[in-house]
Amino acid sequence: MSLITIDPRKAAPFPEAAAEILRDTQLRKNVAHATDVIQYKRAAVVAEKDDWQALRDAGATIRKEALQHLDSYLEQFEQQFTRAGGHVHWAADAEEAQRIVLGLLREVQATEIIKIKSMTTAEIDLNRNLAENGIRAYETDLAELILQLGAELPSHLIAPALHKNRQQVRELFAREMHLPNLTDDPPALAEAARLYLREKFLKVKSGVCGANFLVADTGSVCIVESEGNGRMCLTLPDTLIAIAGIEKVIPRFSNLEVLLQTLPRSATGERMNPYSSLWTGVTPGDGPRNLHVVLLDNGRSEILADTTSRQTLQCIRCGACQNACPVYRQTGGHAYGAVYGGPIGAILTPQLFHMEHAQSLPYASSLCGACYEVCPVKINIPEVLVYLRSKVVDQNRGKLASVFNQERVAMKMMARILLSRERFETAQRIARVLEKPLVGKDGWIHWLPGLAGRWTAARDLEALPTQTFREWWKERGNA
Amino acid sequence: MSREVVLHRVRSALAGSKAEDLPATSAYRRTGILTAEQKLHMLEDRLGEYGARVFRASEQDLRERIALALIEGKKLRMVHPSGLPEAWLDGRISWTADSNGGGEELSLARIESFDGVLTAATVAVAESGSIVLQHGAAEGRRALTLLPDYHLCVLFEHQLVETLAECFERLKGSATRPTTFISGPSATADIEMTRIKGVHGPRFLDVILVAP
Repeated sequence: MSLITIDPRKAAPFPEAAAEILRDTQLRKNVAHATDVIQYKRAAVVAEKDDWQALRDAGATIRKEALQHLDSYLEQFEQQFTRAGGHVHWAADAEEAQRIVLGLLREVQATEIIKIKSMTTAEIDLNRNLAENGIRAYETDLAELILQLGAELPSHLIAPALHKNRQQVRELFAREMHLPNLTDDPPALAEAARLYLREKFLKVKSGVCGANFLVADTGSVCIVESEGNGRMCLTLPDTLIAIAGIEKVIPRFSNLEVLLQTLPRSATGERMNPYSSLWTGVTPGDGPRNLHVVLLDNGRSEILADTTSRQTLQCIRCGACQNACPVYRQTGGHAYGAVYGGPIGAILTPQLFHMEHAQSLPYASSLCGACYEVCPVKINIPEVLVYLRSKVVDQNRGKLASVFNQERVAMKMMARILLSRERFETAQRIARVLEKPLVGKDGWIHWLPGLAGRWTAARDLEALPTQTFREWWKERGNA
Repeated sequence: MSREVVLHRVRSALAGSKAEDLPATSAYRRTGILTAEQKLHMLEDRLGEYGARVFRASEQDLRERIALALIEGKKLRMVHPSGLPEAWLDGRISWTADSNGGGEELSLARIESFDGVLTAATVAVAESGSIVLQHGAAEGRRALTLLPDYHLCVLFEHQLVETLAECFERLKGSATRPTTFISGPSATADIEMTRIKGVHGPRFLDVILVAP
């Protein structure tokens, strides 16, 4: 059975899932290629902005300000959006959000919906819930369509199908769209998707989307995209439901002048993505008449309460940290066992699950800091990773037989040893004797027993020197 | 009521900490430095990179330039928002107007059946290579510039700004109208990060820059 799932409550710990994925050389090749291309493009469009650091600072300030007064900005958004003829709903958790969406769709007797790519709807497993209730969701983003037709899981925030190459997509489309003569030329594949979805756009009367930004002072919703499938879903249906995490709000319309510079550059390496849509409630004669925004908490308010990890909520979901991460670049997103993979997922997922699940994720990092450097809103991901590691240890304190307990005993012993010179020197002498059977001919230890074996599973350990500096110094002084 | 539950949770989450003093956000470049001609060049360059074509015209030959672009591209059956200046519409092309909200509206299937759509724009940004359309008499409803496969957009020099900050300054008064930033034709890079022009939105975008 595969270890891969996106339910963090059922997912295998990261090292196990990663070990399985690392054997898939095709996937690793695809992920490496895709992340290389985006990083290269990003670097070029960032380099031409001599005010890039100022834009990052401004982005961080905008997001921090939104979070510090989140209650008032949410209420302001609600007021403005409602005044413009829309409806705002509040969902405390995933289940409530599913219930609200289902209720709204039943009101208009919808049996099908068209969807814009949305991480938040994946987080609440909306498509499955709707299917169980007789409503079919059509994903309209090309990558999401690839995943939906192949019953696959997303592996990246921006390009969720980046683990598939053109031949794999061709196989899938040929089979699912009944196009035996389809070639693997990307334009031909995009054309097949265009024709497949065209009829849905014109026929399906309800749409569901996420939101990149909710603007508090105007009550506008902003959606950033490339293909035009977003514009189709936002414009053609009669009913439109946007599902957004409560953290998605920004204070002012003019804040977009910063975020619309940093988001596309960070996400796809473009100066600007092909289409950004802004809409505020109902406009007679233009777009849906039945408009809803569902504001989702689902664990976010708990993250907000912690001043160290609050910055996690600054995220604008650009995926730059994933492309830059040396761990993600090897494993892709599936190893993280959640909708949100990579460095941001490693800090977001365990917190969304009250630190009770996905406990291995804060360790899925070498703390190199590449993610912080590219983050357009300056989330100090390494800082939060280290902080969450301590929370994982705290959380497991008292649980018998946990590996963290063994680790804790070891750490206590280390503390005692390091506190006294005599004890430290004795420990060194004992260790030199004990390590002997483990040292190979090359002077390195390749295997250690028990908990310490986790170190040697991935690295070698050099044997202790036959003489320490202190011993040598003493000897020299006596001579 | 979950509204109260969520708001209460947010308020209690914030109650434990004092709001941090945040640095001002004004250090990035807001005001442009390019001359009018440099701005036009930059917009041409950047739209060109996205795969859009840019033509220049003067006010006097605008009608002719529109007609030429359409005849060359064999776009002879065109749709346009009803508020477009009559003077732009050359008789060699067949024109159909779509009313904006009031009066007779074309069906979606009908809009899709045209060779293309002609509109004006609200503002354009040189630095990002974007044109901005807002719901209005000469820019129409959003479906109108979405369903036809070809979009021809007329932009006047005075509508062109250099930076995104200048653009948002201009949009301030009409922020709540449906607004679309268009930076080149529809595109995707979802298959092996290869940029492909044209998926669901118009696959072909031409811009006519009107400058003296």
